[in-house]
Amino acid sequence: MNIFVCVSHVPDTTTKVNVAGDGKNIDPAGVKFILNPYDEFAVEEALRLKEKNGGEVTVVSVGAESSKEGMRQALAMGADKGILIKADKSDAFSVASLLADTLKTVNADIILLGKQSIDFDGMEIAPMLAELMDLPAATVVVSLAIDGGKATVEKEVEGGKEKIELAMPCIVAAQKGLNEPRYPSLPNIMKAKQKPIQEVAATAPAARTAVVKMDKPEKKRVGKILQADGNAAGAASELARLLHEEAKVI
Amino acid sequence: MNILVYFEERNGQVRKPSLEAVSAAKALGASMINAVIVGSNTSAALSDAVKTSGVSKIFTVDHAWFSEYSSKAAAKAVAEVAKSSGAEVVIVPATGRGKDIAPRVAVRLGAGYVPDVTAFAANGGSIHATHPVYAGKANVQVEVTTPVKVFSTRPNLWAAPKDASAVASIEAATGSLTDMDFADRTKELALSQGKLDVAEADIIVTGGRGMKGPEHWGLIEGLATSMHAATGASRAVVDAGWRPHSEQVGQTGKTVSPSLYVAVGVSGAIQHLAGMSSSKTIVAINKDANAPIFAVADYGIVGDAFEVLPALTEAVSKIKSH
Repeated sequence: MNIFVCVSHVPDTTTKVNVAGDGKNIDPAGVKFILNPYDEFAVEEALRLKEKNGGEVTVVSVGAESSKEGMRQALAMGADKGILIKADKSDAFSVASLLADTLKTVNADIILLGKQSIDFDGMEIAPMLAELMDLPAATVVVSLAIDGGKATVEKEVEGGKEKIELAMPCIVAAQKGLNEPRYPSLPNIMKAKQKPIQEVAATAPAARTAVVKMDKPEKKRVGKILQADGNAAGAASELARLLHEEAKVI
Repeated sequence: MNILVYFEERNGQVRKPSLEAVSAAKALGASMINAVIVGSNTSAALSDAVKTSGVSKIFTVDHAWFSEYSSKAAAKAVAEVAKSSGAEVVIVPATGRGKDIAPRVAVRLGAGYVPDVTAFAANGGSIHATHPVYAGKANVQVEVTTPVKVFSTRPNLWAAPKDASAVASIEAATGSLTDMDFADRTKELALSQGKLDVAEADIIVTGGRGMKGPEHWGLIEGLATSMHAATGASRAVVDAGWRPHSEQVGQTGKTVSPSLYVAVGVSGAIQHLAGMSSSKTIVAINKDANAPIFAVADYGIVGDAFEVLPALTEAVSKIKSH
């Protein structure tokens, strides 16, 4: 199988977000970047497909030289090679277009990616890529089976799951729960440094959206904290009263 | 401004987040609001509440193949209606299905798209849409720079329209759908019986590692039942296998904004706070008075969850029975 995984390099989940001086982005000072956690599930699934069906796993990323760090992590997990599309990312549409331009040329059997990147949380790339490539897609996927030229997935929806059949080639966006991503072993981390990453220079299409400003949500909290102090029942009934009479939420 | 709203149908009913999107469209100052619904028998979903939701016209796209829903085909149908009705803005509820079709519709219309919008502001002739990023650690205000604009709106933030007197006209839209468009097909929708989903619930009771083990989850469920709440879980609890990941709240789980969020035995790691701090009222119950969760709480009890939970469940039940 010719398997492609789109990955992105994002600020770690433990990052405290501070707004940069331009008021439109986060301040990158002191921020550690990691492989997008949802992309790890996609990489793991790709490796399992390869182990079962043979073939090759290629990771693809859009961005600057620094994106290679996230790609190296995927290569250390076991992916075979990488393609870095070197371009300025301006919005989700531009990223999806750049990915589509490259992926249209490679005869992929399946394209995997995380359901969203944990920075912009947009869940846009997989459906946009699918539309640009005229392919079926499923997102928020927690199980995947391939049989006879079609993929069957389970997608999480409100209150349950949908079982969806997709003609192949197709695009599948991974949700937590799809699998348990493997840890790269030390030898594989060393090997990953030698694996090829092809660079493609590209120009992003014009952005269709523009960030006007970024800010942090600030909210004043009531902050009434009761002490149980051996009288849990008293504290509990006072809390229930406050929620009913003051906050009016129960 | 001519706005088209996507009416998502499930099991013969239009789902509430779609009606909320009509209110969002009104808040944008629409001069004309139409709706589009796709399915294999859309007339079944056109209840009185749907017809009087405040839209002028409901376009129906019926195709036998929609008995197996397809996001690819639905997106094509919605984009075609948007074009033929002259929509300048398309609003799709940011539901599981909506988040799939909205980006596809945007690509088809050559439109810019802002996902998961939590607020709109008019700015002269343009629209500024607020979209939470980093699971709510920050907000961005985004302007769409294309003539046609697509937004998805987060459920639970706009009230569903009420008391609209005008009845919408119904118009069958003939799209150019072919069987080829149904390259993805939903074979089955399996809903967990009687359980509220954390993403849609108005009240959530979440348990953390302080609950010490899955065998104590009855206490969380008891409080949730008394409050008609959904149950949530922290990442540590999900990673330990005590609860399914579909219940996880936080940066690699679900971002929620219910009217009441009760965190029990949750310390309040930054990833968790990111996912729930936009809740209207936050309650924390924790033994550790220094737990970070108390910094974002409106109300709290410093105490042992195993003593506080049964007492609180009883106190809430007492209030509810009055």
